[in-house]
Amino acid sequence: MRATLPSPAQPIKAAGAFAGDIAIEVSGLTKSFNGRTVVSDLSMEVRRGLIYGFLGPNGSGKTTTIRMLCGLLTPDAGRGTCLGYDILTQSDEIKRHVGYMTQRFSLYEDLSIRENLEFVARIHGLDDPRGAAGDALHRLGLENRAHQLAGELSGGWKQRVALGASILPGPQLLLLDEPTAGVDPKARRDFWDEIHRLAGEGLTVLVSTHYMDEAERCHEIAYIAYGRLLAEGTVSNVVAQSGLETWTVTGIALRQLAETLRGQPGVDMVAPFGSALHVAGRDPALLMRATEAARADERYSWRRDKPTLEDVFIDLMDRGRDNFG
Amino acid sequence: MTPVLTYPRTTRGPVAAWRRFVAVLVKEFIQLRRDRVTLISMIFISLVQLLLFGYAINTDPKELRTAVLAQDESVFTRSFLAAMRTTGYFDIRERVASESELDDLILSGAVQFGVQIPSDFGRQLVRGERPALLVIADATDPSATVNAVGALEGIAARAFERDLIGPTAALASTPPPYEIRIHRRYNPVGDTHLNIVPGLMGTILSMTMLIFTALSVTREIERSTMESLLAMPIRPVEIMLGKIAPYVLVGAFQMVLILSAAWLLFDVPIVGSLALLLALTTLFVIANLAVGYTFSTVAENQLQAVQMSFFFFLPNILLSGFMFPFNGMPDWAQWIGETLPMTHYLRIVRGIMLKGADLSHLAIPVGALGLFTLVAMAVAVNRFRQTLD
Repeated sequence: MRATLPSPAQPIKAAGAFAGDIAIEVSGLTKSFNGRTVVSDLSMEVRRGLIYGFLGPNGSGKTTTIRMLCGLLTPDAGRGTCLGYDILTQSDEIKRHVGYMTQRFSLYEDLSIRENLEFVARIHGLDDPRGAAGDALHRLGLENRAHQLAGELSGGWKQRVALGASILPGPQLLLLDEPTAGVDPKARRDFWDEIHRLAGEGLTVLVSTHYMDEAERCHEIAYIAYGRLLAEGTVSNVVAQSGLETWTVTGIALRQLAETLRGQPGVDMVAPFGSALHVAGRDPALLMRATEAARADERYSWRRDKPTLEDVFIDLMDRGRDNFG
Repeated sequence: MTPVLTYPRTTRGPVAAWRRFVAVLVKEFIQLRRDRVTLISMIFISLVQLLLFGYAINTDPKELRTAVLAQDESVFTRSFLAAMRTTGYFDIRERVASESELDDLILSGAVQFGVQIPSDFGRQLVRGERPALLVIADATDPSATVNAVGALEGIAARAFERDLIGPTAALASTPPPYEIRIHRRYNPVGDTHLNIVPGLMGTILSMTMLIFTALSVTREIERSTMESLLAMPIRPVEIMLGKIAPYVLVGAFQMVLILSAAWLLFDVPIVGSLALLLALTTLFVIANLAVGYTFSTVAENQLQAVQMSFFFFLPNILLSGFMFPFNGMPDWAQWIGETLPMTHYLRIVRGIMLKGADLSHLAIPVGALGLFTLVAMAVAVNRFRQTLD
């Protein structure tokens, strides 16, 4: 696999979505466990051929949503389709056409890489499981490690092989649940190169992640917290919709400044970023008033900035907590 | 970079189901082969159990510890004791002076036999009064004493051949000039014989088959591979059959091992058809696999699965007629026993190996075993959760 840096992918412009153009379409999905609502009235739509990022804090309902999409969990309420198949009644069909990579390593650690791949090929009824496994090994660049046990692989390679196994039967939709958690930056980059290549070949990919750089590599993102979808769209749309007025402050004694500003009316977010401080608020006028004294202080230099995606998410999470938490 | 290929495939119908079954089967085989500890323990457990039980449970034990209360010091006493020794069944270790001492020795298990020769035994014998000799046998384990008791009756006639000469020679003719009263303590009705080794087939197969399949589904859940397996297009029944099938072969291997040992080491005959025995043993193996698999779908972790297996295994040993004679058990225990696969299997295996029974004689136990298997499989498939709800 080449380690070239892919150009920021352009969303595929779909002029007027028609049924065949939609990979996932769900509305009102609700799921609770033991009286605790994990996913609440969630609706979303993913167009075919897109990389759709699924973001949100731990326990926000990302995994539960993905499991409902592929028929592993039955929603308490709501409806939807996945690749045109009903998620409530046609999970058998969905399983044939969806590749699902679970959060925890899902290959058999006591089977070799080749044996794992052949197992998947056989389950899907392929005529030539050995040939298909060989192709997948070639694709992964793992021909000479085919007989290594899956459990002996490093974290990054484990994820690559798991991805290889989930695309082996040729699915139309890939569901990846935090595929790069705990993987080093180089391996993460390689992994994302592969995802972009797959999308280029027409696969739809729904991927959940915590990493902001990964979110920015998605065509579209959805932010989910407390089981609710709080923002959706392209990265620039989500940033623009946030309506956050953001300032970057540099200087000395930033920690003191952070303490002073935090909690002031109009200051919705104060977060250190390396040697700078991000200060943001949704109401520009209020924010200006709250920071007036600090802006006059000569120790700091203030610069108006575009909010980062992280700023937006942290703000969304805080607001989510206020409303539903 | 090769693009994602779409391979020719079959996704519906029996061919697809067969391929999915084979997928699980091959995977389980590889995992079994790689799990050396499990594999070795399967072979080892059956061998050790067979040797331990087979040799420890001797159906014809000799040199049984014996105590003697000789209240008569005549030549007849010495001759009788000498005759007992020559049978090989009795090891006369103790001489006691009172009945209570004799009772204590038997009660404590220090000896298994007590012989009481009454005070004027010799005189009464010579007078032709047919005196009685008391032999007390500890019959808690009937199979341990039954042959020795048989031997005692054999020596009765011949013990005094050399002593009864001259005027008493007439007494040497049958019936013997005295009587041996055998008092079986603790378990007056002795049953069981030769049953042990055939019964061991059931025990060994049942234990190994149960435990190893009981782990099969819980292991997938604990190792987090279950989620992925459920997200693939495979049906519960295909998973179950694919997981059970390799163990049928392991069971067949154990069966051959046990039968060879039974024949070579313990001289247990196979009077009936070997083919029928093998076929019905396979049915018994599948019945146990189905139960183990059911536990596997119920248990939340591997420890629970093992505990459930033992919970099921115990009544199979205790109430099936393996440990105690089936007809000696109270009614309620017999009713429980009738629902256990081991009970029916013991009837089958004893019937074929010892009595030469054929299928027509065994219709009831075979039917019961088959029904049990079907019910267990149906429960397993129903219990198997296809979602994570």
